[in-house]
Amino acid sequence: MDLEMNLNASHSMGTTIIGVTYNGGVVLGADSRTSTGMYVANRASDKITQLTDNVYVCRSGSAADSQIVSDYVRYFLHQHTIQLGQSATSKVAANLIRLLSYNNKNMLETGLIVGGWDKYEGGKIYAIPLGGTLIEQPFAIGGSGSSYLYGFFDQAWKEGMTKDEAEQFVVKAVSLAIARDGASGGVVRTVIINSEGVTRNFYPSDKLQLWHEELEPQNSLLDLLNSSSPEPMNI
Amino acid sequence: MNFMASKQPENSLLGPESDSQRTLYPYVTGTSVVALKYKDGILMAADMGGSYGSTLRYKSVERMKPIGKHSLLGASGEISDFQEILRYLDELILYDNMWDDGNSLGPKEVHNYLTRVMYNRRNKFNPLWNSLVLGGVKNGQKYLGTVSMIGVNFEDNHVATGFGNHLARPILRQEWHENLSFEDGVRLLEKCMRVLLYRDRSAVNKLQIAKITEDGVTISQPYSLKTYWEFSAFENPAQGAIGSW
Repeated sequence: MDLEMNLNASHSMGTTIIGVTYNGGVVLGADSRTSTGMYVANRASDKITQLTDNVYVCRSGSAADSQIVSDYVRYFLHQHTIQLGQSATSKVAANLIRLLSYNNKNMLETGLIVGGWDKYEGGKIYAIPLGGTLIEQPFAIGGSGSSYLYGFFDQAWKEGMTKDEAEQFVVKAVSLAIARDGASGGVVRTVIINSEGVTRNFYPSDKLQLWHEELEPQNSLLDLLNSSSPEPMNI
Repeated sequence: MNFMASKQPENSLLGPESDSQRTLYPYVTGTSVVALKYKDGILMAADMGGSYGSTLRYKSVERMKPIGKHSLLGASGEISDFQEILRYLDELILYDNMWDDGNSLGPKEVHNYLTRVMYNRRNKFNPLWNSLVLGGVKNGQKYLGTVSMIGVNFEDNHVATGFGNHLARPILRQEWHENLSFEDGVRLLEKCMRVLLYRDRSAVNKLQIAKITEDGVTISQPYSLKTYWEFSAFENPAQGAIGSW
């Protein structure tokens, strides 16, 4: 057992990150826990970061590495947009991320999921795991919490969901991962990107569905004791 | 000439003990236990999580148990070692009862026994990987003590294990006072447990609060705490600094 908090451990976003396509765009989702060893350094982080108006990236792994990579890519994309004369595509954003991740593979520890909408290809999701592989997929999951979701996605994912179905699916998935992964927690954040624009949503833990062995939250044990019949406590 | 290879223990410095099992690192672990003295006795709180590394594997583990008539034991660390300690204490209490002399081991005595067990195991480099909290009341005297896996032991008005030391004790140092009522004690413990829920990765939102008084032990039903996330700063934290956390 870790008897000491390792306060000098690097800030790592244990994390659960998800990106799914639906029949009009993409939905990105993430938890909000950033940990330093076993301590939760930030319980309300924002892991879904903007790259351009229509392209966002979900960050996992080292907080520092993922921030610096996304900052560089935002900078390059900005210049690219000016030169191109129109919005950058999600494919270009993903490839820029890939170049940085691949060419610095020995030094970086970050897994990213790029999601966006452009007029040429519609909604697209690209996964860029450790090492810098680029892989386009109808959905992608990443971070330590994703281990608990492979079975869920294998069984429940389907092509051509509506926007609301897709968002509820993502929220359910992140919430399931939070229930079992100690490195994920906090609130569920989602970002929906389509031809109409970008919508950010926020689902605090207490608004999520309860899973196995989870109980309805109470203000205090005293409320339970005062409301129930005699002998509520037992040895 | 002797061609038969003699069976030497792997590490010959250990002698005959080298074949025995030793806990080098824990597998299924419980996190913090927090306890305080109040007007009528001791209040103790612990969540019901049994983590397996970073996985929150078991969510209904009871980490507080009554010991004899006068004591309550809470444990963090390796659950299998805690279960072994319960067996040792079972035997201790059994022998105590068999004396049939009207006397019974109080919390101070149980704490002392545990301290000896933990320290002796530590000396043999085969620790029981737990941090224990032992509270009780006997003849009107309240007692609250703690023992760690290396045998560090002491008593105080409020104690905690693991993360509880860093997050709960400062709150208790500020807000604990002599003769807390049951309600105030419970609220104070819940305040501590809520902070642990926010900030300890291995915390699980399902806990029990136990009380021990002269009349005996009661351990509450499992329940969950409400948590607070609706701050405007939480809704859009990166608004002023896109790309930050």
